[in-house]
Amino acid sequence: MAAGAEMRPTEYIGHHLTFNTQAIGDGGFWTLNVDTIVTSVLLGVIGFGFMWLVVRGATAGVPGKRQAFVELIFDFVDEQVKGIFHGARGFITPLALTVFVWVLLMNAMDFLPVDWVALGTHHVNEHGFRIVPTADVNTTFALALSVWMLMMYYTIKVKGLGGWIHELFCAPFGSNPLLWVFNFLFNLVEYVSKPLSHSLRLFGNMYAGEIIFLLLWMMAATSIAGTVFGSLLGLGWAIFHILIVALQAYIFMMLTIVYISMAHESH
Amino acid sequence: MNINLTLFAQAITFFAFILFTARFVWPPLMRAVEARQKQIADGLAAAEEGKQSLELSAKQADQEIAKARARAAEIMAQAEKRVSQMIEEAKLSAREEGNREKTAAKAEIEQEVSRAKEALRSQVSLLAIAGAEKILRREVDAKTHADLLQAVQAEL
Repeated sequence: MAAGAEMRPTEYIGHHLTFNTQAIGDGGFWTLNVDTIVTSVLLGVIGFGFMWLVVRGATAGVPGKRQAFVELIFDFVDEQVKGIFHGARGFITPLALTVFVWVLLMNAMDFLPVDWVALGTHHVNEHGFRIVPTADVNTTFALALSVWMLMMYYTIKVKGLGGWIHELFCAPFGSNPLLWVFNFLFNLVEYVSKPLSHSLRLFGNMYAGEIIFLLLWMMAATSIAGTVFGSLLGLGWAIFHILIVALQAYIFMMLTIVYISMAHESH
Repeated sequence: MNINLTLFAQAITFFAFILFTARFVWPPLMRAVEARQKQIADGLAAAEEGKQSLELSAKQADQEIAKARARAAEIMAQAEKRVSQMIEEAKLSAREEGNREKTAAKAEIEQEVSRAKEALRSQVSLLAIAGAEKILRREVDAKTHADLLQAVQAEL
């Protein structure tokens, strides 16, 4: 707990949900969440650096344990891509692999007890250091919008600009001029809802998970019985959260693949 | 929950990691996996080939054994034929030999008989002469009647 001072529950939660921000310009937008960026970059470097080190010495013969582990993840992702996407997988599988591994690692940060991590991060900054990058809406939106942009890129690349505009007005209901407005509105909703649902699903799950952890850990401050009870409930929630962490990473990856492969197929 | 510049920072980071994965992680892993797939396929093909050649050589061996068996039977039959032939021949030659020896023995016996007759005859003639000599000792002089005696002897 922060500096051992007496805190009210809302203060405790608010304290742990404060970003370590760095203003680099005027206005609320020109701010960087340093904790989110540092943690996510660090996790990415660790995750992808590990894979790079392993595959650099990859052998076609009997694989070592580490190589087998990386191949397991790789095969898992590639199987999903194969099932949905029909075409050259030279870009989409690395994309899906990146999404899956990165989101999984970022989600998994939820397991670290924030108060223990705070012992270290307080030396860097007294006012909050959030270690779950996916509980930051900026991260999930960044990922979802990047995927959305890739989706738009492939849509226009595969169908052509004319084909895309044609589809915008003539699908899914038909090419009757009376239906153009409805088609366009339908597509508009679809194009807006895709990145929103994509990002907010992940954000909501991780944010809620974080808050439940905070509530359970807060019980530990009440009494010894509260500590025991809070720890037990925390363990239960952590075990359940393993499922959520992996599932959300999986869903995020699957949606990425689905959106990109939909962009490749013409109606 | 406020959107700020972190959005772009995270997007850039995301693209950097995508590019890193696509450039440095995916290709070597793909190469290794494809090489292993090829190795496995080659191994399976070699195993299949080995099985086929085993079957082929087993068939060949069977053929060879059957051929050898037939040859052995043939040789056996030939040998049996030859043996019975040889036995026949031996029987035949033994019979011939027996006959020849029988005739030779017969001839010898006859010869012996005639020789014995001859000897007997000469002895009889000698006895006759001796008897005659004894009888004629007084009247017949061996020297003077030598011609006569000889003529008698030759007659006998």
